[in-house]
Amino acid sequence: MAATQEEIVAGLAEIVNEIAGIPVEDVQLDKSFTDDLDVDSLSMVEVVVAAEERFDVKIPDDDVKQLRTVGDATDYILKHQS
Amino acid sequence: MNTTNRTVVVTGIGATTPLGGDSASTWDGLVAGRSGIADLDQEWAADLPVHFAGEVAVEPTEVIPRPQARKLDRAAQFALVATREAWADAGFAARAGEDSAIDPDRLGAVVASGIGGVTTLLEQYDNLRDKGARRVSPHTVPMLMPNSPAANVGLQINARAGVHTPVSACASGGEAIGYAVEMIRTGRADVVVAGGTEAAIHPLPIAAFANMMAMSKNNDDPRGASRPYDKARDGFVLGEGAGVLVLESAEHAERRGAKVYCEAVGQGLSADSHHIAQPEPSGRGIAAALENLFAQNDLTPAEVVHVNAHATSTPQGDVAEIKAMQKVFGDELGHVLVSGTKSMTGHLLGGAGGIESVAAVLTVEHRTAPPTINVDDLDDEVAPELIAVRATKLPEGRIVALNNSFGFGGHNVVLAFRSV
Repeated sequence: MAATQEEIVAGLAEIVNEIAGIPVEDVQLDKSFTDDLDVDSLSMVEVVVAAEERFDVKIPDDDVKQLRTVGDATDYILKHQS
Repeated sequence: MNTTNRTVVVTGIGATTPLGGDSASTWDGLVAGRSGIADLDQEWAADLPVHFAGEVAVEPTEVIPRPQARKLDRAAQFALVATREAWADAGFAARAGEDSAIDPDRLGAVVASGIGGVTTLLEQYDNLRDKGARRVSPHTVPMLMPNSPAANVGLQINARAGVHTPVSACASGGEAIGYAVEMIRTGRADVVVAGGTEAAIHPLPIAAFANMMAMSKNNDDPRGASRPYDKARDGFVLGEGAGVLVLESAEHAERRGAKVYCEAVGQGLSADSHHIAQPEPSGRGIAAALENLFAQNDLTPAEVVHVNAHATSTPQGDVAEIKAMQKVFGDELGHVLVSGTKSMTGHLLGGAGGIESVAAVLTVEHRTAPPTINVDDLDDEVAPELIAVRATKLPEGRIVALNNSFGFGGHNVVLAFRSV
């Protein structure tokens, strides 16, 4: 069953918390992974792989660089989840 | 000989070892003659030919925040823990530049490991095989590269004069400290954090070392397994951890009013060119390293009162080292006490020169030679008065302690520390 926007943000918050140690409540739609959430380019790959598994979605490497904010990632997952 | 020849001193020490999470607890354990060796209780250990080792007393993840720790191989974690202690011990309040007492452009880091990020490599191979290519961590390369501990230490302290990683198996940590002394002597840096680290307690390295017949298989008595100079010794015991020194030009240390432990006099180097893994039985190469130490530094055998020996508890190696000392010191060996501290810590491979240099510095500081434990029946080729089998007071006045490190491949490194 497809996840809602709320579920996706909560899931991304758990992933970012695990990878970068950022409190889940700080992971919000307008936050930039690199500028606000301490996720560097290598850790972003980890976030993407964890999100792919959690939401059953494929995020090709070429699309990763468009995912600047949590909102970008949430929209991408909403659109592409199977 | 160096064209510029600045005096180098030790102004900070740090360690994390099987005996303790810092240099003070490690020293207490050494002087008390405590063994840091124990059974491995991991599930994978049971089927191995050797199922004991010297694991660190304090897990690095208790000190390093988890988001940082998960991007670091265990060897780099150890190096950062030891560096944090040494940096604070040297009196620096923050990274170079933020603490104005130290200029980043005059600060170096030389941290070595014998094997590098071997557990990262093997765990990520498990991921590749079991879960597929997509699940291999993007942090794998910066975690497993052998220069990762040095690079991470450099980042932590903001070192910009040069960050280096000499690799010479079990001589790596000693070689790192020798290299750092030269960086300061020749004017490339004023302060260098230097030492060794290793994290190789994993079934593959254990099986590999055991199959070389290099490791003790004394599974019934882990604490008695590392027994340098004892007739029943049957190989080394694997340990893990890190030891680092803050080395500094004497002028720089004086200018900022730093506490000085001792002088780091210099190094003596040589290579056996004998066999890829066997020690040269006469000790020819080790003797050459000792001769080079005395020929190339302002130092005489008469000043030496203590040697923290390489003494890994292998049948051949321990005796070859003693023969080399007999050849080079001659009658001067009469005032030398030798300690084999691997009897307590196990063999930290590339970390050995790091923690044993910390031990040598503290030996000079406290004027106490730590014991060699488990010497129940001394090898006939070793003079009883030469080996410290209990913590022993060293003389007053100017004293010198050496730290020997030798590595597979025939690398020999001798370092000298002198009281100030």
